[in-house]
Amino acid sequence: MLAKRIIPCLDVTNGRVVKGVNFVELKDAGDPVEIARRYNEAGADELTFLDITASSDNRDLILHIIEAVASEVFIPLTVGGGVRAVGDVQRLLNAGADKVSINTSAVTNPQLVKDAADRYGSQCIVVAIDAKRTGDHWEVFTHGGRKATGLDAIEWAKRMESLGAGELLLTSMDRDGTKSGFDLELTRAISEAVDIPIIASGGVGNLQHLVDGVREGRADAVLAASIFHFGEYGIDEAKKYMKQHGIEVRL
Amino acid sequence: MSVDIAVIDYGMGNLRSVSKAIEHVAPAATVAVTSDPAVITAAGRVVFPGQGAARDCMREIDARGLRQAIVDAARSKPFLGICMGMQVLFEHSEEGDTACLGILPGSVQRFPHEAMHDGRGNKLKVPHMGWNNVHQVVPHPLWTGIEEGARFYFVHSYFVQPASPEVIAGFSHYPFPFTCAVASANMFAVQFHPEKSQNAGLTLLGNFVTWNPGASETACDMSGAACA
Repeated sequence: MLAKRIIPCLDVTNGRVVKGVNFVELKDAGDPVEIARRYNEAGADELTFLDITASSDNRDLILHIIEAVASEVFIPLTVGGGVRAVGDVQRLLNAGADKVSINTSAVTNPQLVKDAADRYGSQCIVVAIDAKRTGDHWEVFTHGGRKATGLDAIEWAKRMESLGAGELLLTSMDRDGTKSGFDLELTRAISEAVDIPIIASGGVGNLQHLVDGVREGRADAVLAASIFHFGEYGIDEAKKYMKQHGIEVRL
Repeated sequence: MSVDIAVIDYGMGNLRSVSKAIEHVAPAATVAVTSDPAVITAAGRVVFPGQGAARDCMREIDARGLRQAIVDAARSKPFLGICMGMQVLFEHSEEGDTACLGILPGSVQRFPHEAMHDGRGNKLKVPHMGWNNVHQVVPHPLWTGIEEGARFYFVHSYFVQPASPEVIAGFSHYPFPFTCAVASANMFAVQFHPEKSQNAGLTLLGNFVTWNPGASETACDMSGAACA
């Protein structure tokens, strides 16, 4: 049976992982390659790197990181952040990324999603949707949640699927950083509206939230950062907990 | 100079993961990512990966003049098809109503929309994406050291339906059983991505680079690094 996936997310800026990662005996807490290796050994099903580098001078650093990680970690690698053109997708794939996540540029230039999916296949195109509750619906935001788009998140998810997205990374801006759990209503609404897999993100504070994301939110995968980084929970521990609650996982 | 292992590049998808994983399990071997039919023909063994749509794949294979080299390699030396590289070995794909290489009898079809639920009210997504159990139907050198039911990483919307059940080497469930590995003489092909399947995947690739199907003169043992 297909397993639900657990995906740790690493925020990278200027070639270093930020937000701190707290593994026992980690020599260099900011080294993305060492952290990726640890998560791989701990049983992560995939890894997501979010490049939040502000300066264009240092943008190529993520390529070197992905090259290094892909040479020794043989699980799917997703990279997002600053993907604006088909050429960006190509550079990341050539460096060893398996999937590329497109966020703001999907809104400013939806054709990019179609062009990239046509050229490299839907399987490697993830569209990241940042959604925030506005009245009785959810609205898509861009630029890290700062900019409202007026787009309805459910309609937007369907449109991205029709343009060729192979997967959606859905983040609740209301829940992100709150540790109060996923926005389950949002996750379920999007998951039921499309046929492609949904990765739930934003708000995980404990292991029950992961279970809820899958069972109540109908997510196909769950993404989390801080609960794993700070060593509150291990990947293995999370998977065992999910299994105890009847969720199929890779152990 | 001929290479030990040729990874066929026909412009469909990212081959870096495949070549990196092969280099990882066969550090002494020469590995070439190539679209040159002569290199493929001269190689000791061949890996045939691929992602994307069947019609595009077939068009690119022919645009590069690779059809004969692929067919010959599949019939004469250790040959590993991966994902789309498995599907196009068959006669026909429902995806874009595409005539394929026809090396193996059978066809390729999409996961049917009406069947995609788990019986508990949950919709099953297509593409079938993630880690699923692979059940081994027959003993095979490429399964050596891999636990029955081990999980491999999949991402696909179509699956093969071999006309000859005897080529089926492995199956998976989504939600019904479907063929995810086939074996015939010197040829082995898988729907999942061994290059992305961590230890189980690396074990399978390691088995491939040392596999000696025996029946063929061109087959040779990579571990001896004597394939010049």
